[in-house]
Order: sequence, then structure tokens, then C-alpha cells
Amino acid sequence: MVTIQVDMHDQLASALQDDLTTKIAKFNAKGVLIDISSLDIVDSFIGRMLANTSAMARVLDAQTVVVGMQPAVAITLVELGLNLSGVHTALDVERGMEMLRRQIGIIDQDEDTGA
Amino acid sequence: MLKAEIISVAASGDIVAVRHAVRRQAVKINLSLVDQTKIVTAASELARNMLIYGGGGEVTLELLQDGVRHGLRVHFVDTGPGIPDIELALRDGFTTGKGMGLGLGGAKRLVNQFNIESAPGKGTRVTIVRWR
Repeated sequence: MVTIQVDMHDQLASALQDDLTTKIAKFNAKGVLIDISSLDIVDSFIGRMLANTSAMARVLDAQTVVVGMQPAVAITLVELGLNLSGVHTALDVERGMEMLRRQIGIIDQDEDTGA
Repeated sequence: MLKAEIISVAASGDIVAVRHAVRRQAVKINLSLVDQTKIVTAASELARNMLIYGGGGEVTLELLQDGVRHGLRVHFVDTGPGIPDIELALRDGFTTGKGMGLGLGGAKRLVNQFNIESAPGKGTRVTIVRWR
């Protein structure tokens, strides 16, 4: 799980993308959750970084969910022309985790015994 | 017209400085959160274009007042190689670099007024305005 908490300059965004991809392979991660609730803009560069990370993760057999996009950011992103197709999104961390669990096919112990 | 701020853009960190300055001025004229986000995003795209294609340049922010209306105008001026075909450069998906080709056309959609002047060898000057 990655929480982006600063206004990233381009090189930092690229570094994060490389770092994440390396760590997915190193730890054999199956799910990646990127929390962007602190970001007050997503421009084409950051949008591309999110799309690339998601695509690279998929090639490495991991699922990515981007969570917490602010409504003003979503409106702007679409008008800018970015639709982030291929990037899974969820409203918040909780829902994002649920989505990942479903995609990876992990069933919660509690849910399992409760059913 | 009030000259508010001038920022020179020479490295990717300066794009962040432009975003912060535009946000600060947009808040000053009480733009809605969505409109703030739009002009900050447009400025981020244009500042990056200026850095990548124009070799850097200067961003000037101005506050405008037209009767009771307030606005924020931002100029992006570089002395780079210029754009040979502006119409083509504005088209979505067109890029000569490694970007997504959304910068110019996308930025235009996010503001109320958009003006671009450029010629080969003469640099590029883009002006955007967002009114409250």
C-alpha cells in the first residue's frame, strides 16, 4: 500500500513508478493499493505514471487499485482527456482493499466461517 | 491588472512551484475548488511543455478585474524552437515527445480563454485565463 502525500515533481513520480515495480517483483506482491487522496491535482504526467504502474504490475501478475481520488480531480482529469482506462479505482482504502481481495481471490477468514 | 508573480521554469521542481503559485492566486480570487483544480492542472501541463519543448522559460501570473468579475491570467513564455503547426499541436494525441499528447489541447479545455502565439525560431507564448 502506497500513500502519496506530497505534490510530486516529475522525477519523483517516475522514481515511485520504478520503485513500486521493483518491489512488486521482489516481494511477489499480488495486490497494490495506491492512495491518492492527498493529491490535489493529477495531470497527464501523474496520470501516465498511475497507468504505467498498473500495467507493469499486471505483467508481474499483481493487481493495482487507485483509491481516494478527489471529485474535483476526477472532473478535471476527464476534461483534460485522460480516462485512466485499465486502471482500477475505488472510493476509499477500505473499498479498494475489498476490491483487491476479490480480484486476487482471497476470502476473508471471518467471512468464510460466517458463511 | 495586477502583476502578481513571476516564476522561471528551468527544472521539473519548478513545475511544482508554478502549481503552488497558481493555486495561491486562484484561492485569492475565490475560484471554486473545481475551477482551481482546472487552472492548476492546465498550468502544470503548460509549464511542462515549456520545459520539455521550449527548454524552459518564464511564467507570469496576473489578477484581473472586469467590473465585478475576477480572473486569473497566466502567461507561459519561452524562447525555444517554436511550434511549426499550432493546429496540429493542439490536437489530442499529437506529440513529438514522450508525453501523451494531451498537454496543449487538454489545457485549452480547462480554461475560459486560451491564446497561443508561436513561430519556428521565435519561441512560444501561451496565455490562459480562468474567470470566477
